[in-house]
Amino acid sequence: MELAGREDDKTGQTGTVSTLSPNWLTTKLDFLVNWSRANSLWPMPFGTACCAIEFMATAASRFDLARFGMERMSFSPRQADVLICAGRLPFKLAPVIRRIYDQMPQPKWVISMGACASTGGIFDNYAMVQGIDTVVPVDVYVPGCPPRPEALIYGILMLHKKIKGETLIDAELREEKVLDNRGLRLPVERIDELSEPFGNSIHQTRSE
Amino acid sequence: MNPSVEALRSEFGDALVSAEVSCGDTYIYIDPARNAEILSWLKDTPGQVYNYLVDITAVEYRDAELPIEVVYELFSLDRQVPFRVKARLPKGESLEIASIVSLWSAADWLEREVYDMFGIIFTDHPDLRRILMWETYAEGHPLRKSFPLRGRFSRSEQVRQALNANPEAHYSLEELSIASENYGLPEKMRDRLRRGERGNIPDPEVVE
Repeated sequence: MELAGREDDKTGQTGTVSTLSPNWLTTKLDFLVNWSRANSLWPMPFGTACCAIEFMATAASRFDLARFGMERMSFSPRQADVLICAGRLPFKLAPVIRRIYDQMPQPKWVISMGACASTGGIFDNYAMVQGIDTVVPVDVYVPGCPPRPEALIYGILMLHKKIKGETLIDAELREEKVLDNRGLRLPVERIDELSEPFGNSIHQTRSE
Repeated sequence: MNPSVEALRSEFGDALVSAEVSCGDTYIYIDPARNAEILSWLKDTPGQVYNYLVDITAVEYRDAELPIEVVYELFSLDRQVPFRVKARLPKGESLEIASIVSLWSAADWLEREVYDMFGIIFTDHPDLRRILMWETYAEGHPLRKSFPLRGRFSRSEQVRQALNANPEAHYSLEELSIASENYGLPEKMRDRLRRGERGNIPDPEVVE
């Protein structure tokens, strides 16, 4: 790194536009914006279950989220960039996480941490949302029950990769997608499809 | 066997249906029509003094013939003795039993929970509303054996109702205090108290 205002070695001139002064750099705006966004993601922790314990471990000194510019937990959604849903989401909390998501300013991303947040997990029952993607859009799904901190960090790095692939030209990326007039974000058939039983839960009875 | 059983038998006779011992714990079956009377006697009679109501719960057996049991878990803090009192409510009849909130204030939320999960009506309860499920929950009582594990509505309908709920709506203290005397209230206000303010009423077409 060279200091600003230093005499240029090649030409001997200082401060002129014609030189390749170290005060200047050329890059793509997309690259610069995405680089700065990806490296200062402020998380909004939405911890509802055991995944939140792993999330805390991720934030603590051994795994140290500060390495990714994420040590600043944003307990106000208005200052948050990434919503991390760590744990199962009961139907009672569905309007709450939707409200939090709506309150977050663009640009914003969502990480669904763990089996329950991603699919409902073992809780294929009357009280549990079968995957938070039926309620809010999700960027990265982290599998595990609960995922180890390494898994969450891997998910965060995948989110970095995703952010670095975005472009400012695509206005749709930052479009605020509100709920439709029925209060849903997806078509009814899509929600039913996402919530279908799978794995062991197909052996459970749907009705009496 | 707990000596309270003999005392109860001499005091109440037939109202004490039977008494058994399991793993060192005594439990008795009583006449559900006289539950308040018997529990009051157990609480206040010198020598008994079961002054701590640990829990109220209910049991429904897999065998559809068997009645539902309401279980009162008592404990004497003075004598350090536990005592379990059960009352059988036959299915097919209205599941009703007298509230014991006047004996133990702790029974208030415990009875609400049993009502929410099993649909057992506690007569003369000051505020018998759902406590775990939200107030507009229209799918029934989840812990009944006849209740399908995933609920009665489709997943998309469950998500729709959840997202349409208003998590910030709550009752004022004034509304709660007049809820029990709502017969004298104007129709509009009574309707609002009946269904609560938490969200919209589910569409009649999807309710069974």
